[in-house]
Amino acid sequence: MFIRHEWIEKNAILMLVLTLITVSIGGLVQIIPLFTIETTIERVDGVRPYTPLELLGRNIYIREGCYVCHSQQIRPFKDEVERYGHYSLAAESMYDKPFQWGSKRTGPDLARVGGRYSNDWHVAHLASPRAVVPESIMPAYPFLADKPLDYGDIAQHLKTLRAVGTPYSDEMIANAKADLEAQVNPDLDPTALEKRYPRVVVGKFNGSTTAITEMDALVAYLQMLGTLVRFGDLPPERLRQ
Amino acid sequence: MPTKIEKDTLSGRDTTGHEWDGVKELNTPLPTWWVYTFYATIVFAAVYCFLYPSWPWLNGHLEGSLGYSSRVELTQALEAQAKSRAVYVDRIRATPLAQIAKEPELLNFAMAGGRSAFQTNCMQCHGAGGAGSPGFPNLVDDDWIWGGSLDQIYTTIRYGIRNADDKSRQSMMPRFGVDGALTGAQVAAVTDYVLSLSGKAKATPEGAKIYQEQCVACHGAEGKGNQELGAPNLADGLWLYGGDRDSVYRSIFYARNGSMPAWNGRLDEATLKMLAIYVHALGGGR
Repeated sequence: MFIRHEWIEKNAILMLVLTLITVSIGGLVQIIPLFTIETTIERVDGVRPYTPLELLGRNIYIREGCYVCHSQQIRPFKDEVERYGHYSLAAESMYDKPFQWGSKRTGPDLARVGGRYSNDWHVAHLASPRAVVPESIMPAYPFLADKPLDYGDIAQHLKTLRAVGTPYSDEMIANAKADLEAQVNPDLDPTALEKRYPRVVVGKFNGSTTAITEMDALVAYLQMLGTLVRFGDLPPERLRQ
Repeated sequence: MPTKIEKDTLSGRDTTGHEWDGVKELNTPLPTWWVYTFYATIVFAAVYCFLYPSWPWLNGHLEGSLGYSSRVELTQALEAQAKSRAVYVDRIRATPLAQIAKEPELLNFAMAGGRSAFQTNCMQCHGAGGAGSPGFPNLVDDDWIWGGSLDQIYTTIRYGIRNADDKSRQSMMPRFGVDGALTGAQVAAVTDYVLSLSGKAKATPEGAKIYQEQCVACHGAEGKGNQELGAPNLADGLWLYGGDRDSVYRSIFYARNGSMPAWNGRLDEATLKMLAIYVHALGGGR
């Protein structure tokens, strides 16, 4: 052999240098691809950061462990696409920190549940799943409708997400609380909210009460899932990763 | 290091020639089959990297000589499926609804396709068998809010009810109690009148008067409803939101404005038609 092992083993410095080189190669192979991760995100229009209300709904989704039974990732297989709709794009979860792809489907995939059912259905279903789907084994979450939404710190929440890269503007942060209240009040003028968050769904999600409840936030979140990208007018080459 | 390879008498193997304070080491190399399998996996990895998408690059990744992509594969699978169904789907798309119902072959296909689409998209609200649940209409009875003809069902599925779609069916029942048009006592009186239409309560003259002033425009003088406005029949004893006194009172006090999504865009034209035919055939279609 050109380099004798015995020779390396007997030179502590040489051994150290060669070990460092070997470990570096292993490390770089794992780290370098992460620098190009952006190239795997499709360049599609429409994906925007969550509105304040959706964001808190998402927090409730995580708090209640919805991800344990529901995935949010439609894989590019025929049966999945036929059942749930267009396969999920990386771009669609780029503002998810952390993403909610999930790994198990005890319940159906929710990546495109937005707009499939009415708000009333979501409220009735969350309060008592078997009232609307007798075959369901989902737990009931009736308390969401009674629990006022805690959103005093919503502006700080947006700020925190901005620190890790979600593009919330100063305007969005300054208006966080107002935007949250505007999304559950169809009587207000939604122009400013829609300008900041295109394709936002405004409505009395939890129809029967006047206070903003956790039910409002969760339903607002569910109703926007998978609705931001318009696939109808999307040229296929944009879907290349 | 002294290297003197000896043969170990006990095991019959060679030593490595290494010796530490009199301790010698047997040379036990990896089995040949294992070594060659390992080499084969390295070759496999190299070939795989060449054929399939593998290494990340500065602005993309190595695409592989086969040009494989799971997304392309899916597109091809969907195209192949569409092609195999085209013989019927194209005809369904081109044939008017009423005509499909008359052609047994097409009807058969439409019923199967409609059933499958119903189980995927509709059963969550309307139930697996179409019997609905409180707030979500029963599709197997002959009580239709927005009309039970093939074309009316088709329009309802396509554009939905009270949603953001421009062509969705729109109407709004006023919140008589919440918005102060009627007092609680007045709502109670008109509740009795509404229940009396199906013989469940005794109407008062006051209730009848309020009904004539507030409700007739949509629900009709005899409470038969108006499918143009999605105003339900109040006299048939069938209730979407419950027919007990409390439920009817709430319906008048808070109003009910159920909503259904527009399926236009989510489902293709042929599927919408097949669904209309399936729902029409569930039992109550006119």
